[in-house]
Amino acid sequence: MAWFKRSKENIASDSVKMELPDGLWEKCPGCGEIIHKKQLETYLWTCTKCDHHFRIGSQEYISILLDKASFKEYDKKMRSADPLDFVDSKKYTERVSDTIKKTGLNDAVRTGIGKIHDKEVSFACMDFSFIGGSMGSVVGEKISRAIDRAYKNKIPMIIISSSGGARMMEGAFSLMQMAKTSSRLARLAEAKLPYISILTDPTTGGTTASYAMLGDIIIAEPKALIGFAGPRVIKQTIGKDLPEGFQTSEFLLENGFVDFIVHRKDMRSKLITLLEYLA
Amino acid sequence: MNKTVLEFEKPILDLENKIVEMRKYSEVLDIDDEIVKLERKVQKLKENVYNNLTRWQKVQIARHPERPYTLDYIELMTKDFVELHGDRLCKDDKSIVGGFAKLDEYKVMIIGHQKGRDTKSNVYRNFGMPNPEGYRKALRLMKLAEKFDTPIITMLDTPGAYPGLEAEQRGQAEAIARNLFEMSKLKVPIVVVIIGEGASGGALGIGVGDRILMLENCWYSVISPESCSSILWKSWDFKEQAAEALRLTAIDLLRQKIIDRIVHEPLGGAHTNPPAMAAHLKMVLKEELSQLVKLKPDKLVDNRYEKFARMGVFNE
Repeated sequence: MAWFKRSKENIASDSVKMELPDGLWEKCPGCGEIIHKKQLETYLWTCTKCDHHFRIGSQEYISILLDKASFKEYDKKMRSADPLDFVDSKKYTERVSDTIKKTGLNDAVRTGIGKIHDKEVSFACMDFSFIGGSMGSVVGEKISRAIDRAYKNKIPMIIISSSGGARMMEGAFSLMQMAKTSSRLARLAEAKLPYISILTDPTTGGTTASYAMLGDIIIAEPKALIGFAGPRVIKQTIGKDLPEGFQTSEFLLENGFVDFIVHRKDMRSKLITLLEYLA
Repeated sequence: MNKTVLEFEKPILDLENKIVEMRKYSEVLDIDDEIVKLERKVQKLKENVYNNLTRWQKVQIARHPERPYTLDYIELMTKDFVELHGDRLCKDDKSIVGGFAKLDEYKVMIIGHQKGRDTKSNVYRNFGMPNPEGYRKALRLMKLAEKFDTPIITMLDTPGAYPGLEAEQRGQAEAIARNLFEMSKLKVPIVVVIIGEGASGGALGIGVGDRILMLENCWYSVISPESCSSILWKSWDFKEQAAEALRLTAIDLLRQKIIDRIVHEPLGGAHTNPPAMAAHLKMVLKEELSQLVKLKPDKLVDNRYEKFARMGVFNE
């Protein structure tokens, strides 16, 4: 064994510094591997070397999970109002319009109806790139309407979460979206319609404490951060370092809060199998 | 007595102390008129101060260490209280209390956050910050109430759900989510009262109901002003601005249609006269219950569903 060879993650002795042409290559946050974007896309935005799952958006998940060209988007134009006239270091209205320009999205969730292996599902997928995937009135309303579509069309509901929690700039309105979406899911459950919740990196705060944790089946991507309070807050509260692997998908599986963890490349086939049992 | 005096209460207290001083001499000196004058001045000052509180000042009153807590209200408003403990899964969380009680002719299940008064009791109550066991105990008691057609009253007063290691391990998020899910379909009346601090999911975890009441000097929002300041302003020093920005007082929330009714407090806040506060709250609760018990269970659940469905503001 080469005892002088560094074995710690991220510290590769044989790495050569190189200039990356802008936009063509990505560096894996997990192992430091430099991967060409085309290759990354082929591997569904997971690292070819360490299987790290890159954060991706709703558009990517739609292409990975749903039948080709089957997705019909709803409520695409819905946008945040500014009910509190909220200003911090920046006006909320500016923050929203800047983010819309930057991301090309109108808010932090995309919803609609699509097909998985020819089976219709009501589908919602959050976008972390939009103000940290935060849940305000728009996310709450769009998710609620998506659940309504599942209810009315008697089809399964699938939600992919990726969110830092409730959106502060809408105050109590954001908080109430937790109650609103949860009560919708209660009605869906009474109608015996299935709800599958998929947790991706990160899923925290009010999103976790509402629809993310209420799936009949809860699936997580590997090594995602999932929790209620953020790690920094917990560390401050208890005044100790957090154990390794705390608040990861694997930690939740071990403690009994997710049904299973699945690699992104196998997600679609798992959903197909599950839907055979549930719908 | 080691009384807590808030900054804006000081001028009032100074005048009141002066009156006490003067009374001592009123036997020998003819200063009765002066005293009456001063008393009027105090009353005016009080009205002026308490009718013009900033949002941050209300947050401070909501956190006043002498403010009545859930068990105080139970003691002052009800009789034959039978406290019930434990979630039947893991523990008895001391930061949420609950049990059967009689509010005059109404047999109810009362559940609420519970803070402590001093260091020792605060440690015992975990400063009113529940772990998952607390929410699961609350849900157990609510299901029990449903089984025996008993209306539920919940009292919200928490700085937040506890952000701890074990809390995460035992599923803090799941416990809160489950309560929102289950409370939305309970077939008995639920009256929610915010009696102090309504901090985010930790408060909402027992806060889904048919009528949401809020005492005058309370706050209820998605985050505390301090945490909001630290995240958005990247410093703890902007809590006053954060409190303003969050629009978190009873009047704000009534305007936002998130609460249904403001319950007035004695001038100076609930802590200045807990018995009067409790008597008034009791009257309001009975009024609300008398309306809700008339509704059929299905209607009750439908209304509750519609109520939360309406919350939110957006553009299409």
